[in-house]
Amino acid sequence: MIEFLMPSLGADMEDGTLIEWKKRTGDSVKRGDIIAEVETQKGLIEIEVFDEGIIEKLLIEEGTKVPVGTVLALIDPIEVSLETKKEKPIELHPIQEKTTEGITQEAEREIHIKASPLAKKMAEDHHIALFQIKGSGFDGAITKEDVEHVIAQRDVIDKEKTVIETEKTVASSEAIRAAIAAAMSKSNREIPHYYLEKKIDLTKALTWLQEANEQRKVQSRLLPVVLFIKAIAKTLLDFPDLNAIWDNGLKPKKDINIGFVVALHNGGIMVPAIHQADLKTVDEIMQTLNDIIPRARAMKLRSSELSDGTITLTSMGDGGADAVFGVIYPPQVAIIGFGSISEQPFAENGMLGVRSVVNATLAGDHRATDGLTGSQFLNLLARNLQKPESL
Amino acid sequence: MNEDEIKKNIFQLLKKIAPDTEPSVLKPDENIRETLGIDSFDALQFIIALNEKLGIEIPEKDYGKTNTLSDLLSYIMNKIK
Repeated sequence: MIEFLMPSLGADMEDGTLIEWKKRTGDSVKRGDIIAEVETQKGLIEIEVFDEGIIEKLLIEEGTKVPVGTVLALIDPIEVSLETKKEKPIELHPIQEKTTEGITQEAEREIHIKASPLAKKMAEDHHIALFQIKGSGFDGAITKEDVEHVIAQRDVIDKEKTVIETEKTVASSEAIRAAIAAAMSKSNREIPHYYLEKKIDLTKALTWLQEANEQRKVQSRLLPVVLFIKAIAKTLLDFPDLNAIWDNGLKPKKDINIGFVVALHNGGIMVPAIHQADLKTVDEIMQTLNDIIPRARAMKLRSSELSDGTITLTSMGDGGADAVFGVIYPPQVAIIGFGSISEQPFAENGMLGVRSVVNATLAGDHRATDGLTGSQFLNLLARNLQKPESL
Repeated sequence: MNEDEIKKNIFQLLKKIAPDTEPSVLKPDENIRETLGIDSFDALQFIIALNEKLGIEIPEKDYGKTNTLSDLLSYIMNKIK
């Protein structure tokens, strides 16, 4: 049996509230399916499942707040692909099937429960199973008062839930602040940062981009940051020690998932990951941004997007600061910063000219790598940005 | 479409992109992006929205001609003439 746990969506997450199950007992799930929605400091997150199988049991009730690592559900790892064909025809009456099953099980249990006819009728009207009610009558029989008590309790719980949910929405920007505070304090406490800066000539890259955009409809235009993301991913292929996490030692990661810092309109940031950025084309990266930036701002990200980042990129964009020296998001070991692009006097091969230039920075975890690695990384990044057509 | 109608459309689209701001308080010579805190991504969404709503295409090289409300208005007026 596979235990499905409350995932950690970053070093700063301690607990989450299970808001809604998206699957039921008996449902088959496969890798990547959304199994539940969980409220965290970073908003309402869709939680994905990483195993294949049939849901054996959902252990946590909706509305419950539990710590990271709590078992939420049990999944029976049956070969789903083989079963699917057999199951399909049955799925035509899934509701009927389940109801019959449910009633039989409950009926079996309720044979032994004593209750007055009125109490039975009231419980049925309010969809309360008799075994959930503690009887106070003769020989433990359930009375009308017992049922009324349960109904009253349920109303109070429902009201509390609504209050909590309202408070959460109001407090969400405070919650984000708290999440950032926790992660950045941890980083500053535990990670010995080193900082490097490299001035990169972007003239060729921007000329290529402008020509590419002239051929495109306005809807499919590319932003310079797409070239940064792709160039970083390509460069990281040669620097596996920077695409890694620190967990009692350096652990390089196979996939290159670039966490992209998105500033929220009301303050705060979200850092969704662009999965396998090295395997995506520049157009695919732009499409990913078109998808994740609005969702990050609406705080509607998926669990994998919040937890899979292997390195972070923070880009200032037009008109921002000239350079940014980032704080590493633990357990990652590097963060790359791009300042705003500006026109500057630029000397090359003994000639002085005006070029579009950007200051790229790297903050590295000195436990994991040294300045030499970081410096070689920035040099190759600069060279890769001189060949935008091969990105 | 007259200038007031275009202005109304611009405000509506800006409000959609930067919902926490009040675009109608923009002064004619203020830099739209700086004043409303619009980043490169949102700026592109605004250009796309203008294209979809008013049918005008702003090429990248003309972005510099659309920085303020008065520049943007006269740019659009010229385009739809």
